[in-house]
Amino acid sequence: MTASPTSAQFVLNAHQAFEDEQLQKALHLTREGFVANRAAAAARLPEFEALRDSARDIKAHTLGLLDLYLEAYEKKVIEAGGTVHWARTGEEANSIIIEICKRHGAKTVTKGKSMVAEETGLNDALAAQGISPVETDLGEYLIQLRHEMPSHIIAPAVHLTRDQIEADFRRNHADLPPERDLTEPTALLAEARGVLREKFLAADVGITGANFLVAETGTSIIVTNEGNGDLTQILPPVHIVLTSIEKVVPTLEDVSQILRVLARSATGQDISVYTTFSTGPRRPGDPDGPEEYHVVLLDNGRSSMLGTDFADMLRCIRCGACLNHCPVYQAVGGHAYGWVYPGPMGAVLTPSLIGIDKSAPLPNASTFCGACESVCPVRIPLPKLMRHWRERQTERGLAPQAQRWGLGLWGFFARRPDLYRLATRIAMPLLAWLGRSEGRFSRLPLANGWTATRDFPAPQGDTFQAQWRKRTKTAAAHGDGE
Amino acid sequence: MTPSPDGKPRVALFVTCLVDLFRPSIGFAALKLLEDAGCEVFVPSQTCCGQPAYNSGDRALAKALARQAIDAFSAYDYVVAPSGSCAAMLAKHYPGLFADNPNLAGRANQFAGKVHELASFLTDVLGIEAVAARFDRRVTFHDSCSGLRELGVAAQPRKLLASVDGLELVEMEECETCCGFGGTFAVKFGEISTAIVERKVENIENCGAPVVLAGDLGCLMNMAGKLARNGSPIELRHFAEVLAGMTDAPAICAAAAPQTKR
Repeated sequence: MTASPTSAQFVLNAHQAFEDEQLQKALHLTREGFVANRAAAAARLPEFEALRDSARDIKAHTLGLLDLYLEAYEKKVIEAGGTVHWARTGEEANSIIIEICKRHGAKTVTKGKSMVAEETGLNDALAAQGISPVETDLGEYLIQLRHEMPSHIIAPAVHLTRDQIEADFRRNHADLPPERDLTEPTALLAEARGVLREKFLAADVGITGANFLVAETGTSIIVTNEGNGDLTQILPPVHIVLTSIEKVVPTLEDVSQILRVLARSATGQDISVYTTFSTGPRRPGDPDGPEEYHVVLLDNGRSSMLGTDFADMLRCIRCGACLNHCPVYQAVGGHAYGWVYPGPMGAVLTPSLIGIDKSAPLPNASTFCGACESVCPVRIPLPKLMRHWRERQTERGLAPQAQRWGLGLWGFFARRPDLYRLATRIAMPLLAWLGRSEGRFSRLPLANGWTATRDFPAPQGDTFQAQWRKRTKTAAAHGDGE
Repeated sequence: MTPSPDGKPRVALFVTCLVDLFRPSIGFAALKLLEDAGCEVFVPSQTCCGQPAYNSGDRALAKALARQAIDAFSAYDYVVAPSGSCAAMLAKHYPGLFADNPNLAGRANQFAGKVHELASFLTDVLGIEAVAARFDRRVTFHDSCSGLRELGVAAQPRKLLASVDGLELVEMEECETCCGFGGTFAVKFGEISTAIVERKVENIENCGAPVVLAGDLGCLMNMAGKLARNGSPIELRHFAEVLAGMTDAPAICAAAAPQTKR
């Protein structure tokens, strides 16, 4: 489900995340696993760092010639008997999909995991037309039951605990015996599998996303661990791929190169359980496959990122490593970011897609620790791009007033070294005197964000520069000067 | 570069504004380490490297402060800062600020090439393997983010600390994870910053060391502030104080003697 973005109230969302005990429990349980698994996977592969360079270069090269590769891709899809639809906006993409569904009289649509479908709000759009979308990825199914958005781009229900999932299943699968034992995660999995199996068989249309599109062959590729994507796209008579334009790469060779860093960065797997290639509809002699194959290619602002500071963001292969390694994401989870894409990649991408005015806090909500960039498989300079958003905000006068005022005052002194030295020579000993008994302050004006939970150290007294000048003057007076 | 007449490297100390204002003892410790290493040390008039402005998106102010620092520090062989964060600003971000200005890009690049973080300068540039200091405590070390990820500072301070008599280094879990400081982030996003530093404090307490060392005063103030609020007796210091044998000053957030004598 897609709601209107709440990214602008990130601070409030984060506050609610801290109050949510179940969420904090879930975040605590998962945070170390992702990091350890990725580190182990990277360590097992001596060429891992070189592969990151290569993945970066493949994506950068493709983006530089994106129009050519997209046209080449479309040509190959048509040759394979499929159709490519171009969508400028999310609404256009949804309309195209609804039109295809209606043409086939679709009542039930199964869906593989797709962040682009979250971006367009496809489920709500289908439901409004009387078409029932069924998420078949376990995590997506869980959050569909709860009418929530994914909180992570590869693990949509990572914010939920086992207890919550059991309660949701008992509530929603009311026709199953209430006395059944659901304490083991495998029992939950088996139940979801049973429920979903019927949906797979009933589906009129299957919709998946795509991790990659291959220009040389017209192939779309999904990378999954559950096998639901295969059932979604093979069983119904119609397969629709909903994805975005930056997913194209030139060749199958390029894909196999990037696949070597994708799963390792995401979950620490050498490769995901399923890597599924789809090229056009079922051909004569094929044992299975859909009768129609459509690809809906969404732009939604991406083409206007090309040639700007933010073009690097289009290299993203949606592995989620930047989320997993981000201390802010680890603390507040994905929902606090208020829209589809959370964490550092969301802090850069969301303003590009929905506007910086609707997502102002996101690029600011980072310590710039750089952990995200240090693990990004395609080496996106995420802190630099967040900083670019901050610069745009300053240029457009969108920076918070307190920040502008504070920086302005600091800048006034910092640009005048003599005045700075004079002011600090007076102020710091005074502050030191005020804090002399404890060596710290438990409250400071204008710094409540700090002192609400932390003490602030009192200065030692005279500034370094004041002491240095005193010292060099004394030395000079004694004739052993500099 | 003009070496000084007696062949000593001429080093300008970029003391950083936080050290200048809040904890000059770190600056004097750095000064002693550099002089002991055979450098002639200068302290040009200085204010702030501009990082708070740069990271807040105020590029114009950042540029103004960068020009000021480049003007004040370019005459020396080296520029050394007891901070990975400020050194990274000078070395890694100044060139980018002037990349579109051919009149200044060359100077900014040349300046950036002279900048070093303190521990990295002592070991990587001067080749120092050991210091003459004693500190009979178990310590743990927090890797500050900018120094670690932008300048590759991790082994250098540990190497020097290993040479301190009596010092035992105990590594904490997640020593390379951010402490939640992030400059103005700590105030603008106080609740999140607090959650991050709480986790850091947990890791510090679990490792059992009574002293935490790091190379950036900002991170130290954040961790010390949280530990002090919790009533913890754990002491926080810049590693330079220990390397220079200058640990007389009360630890960060600690009251002056005699209260700190335990």
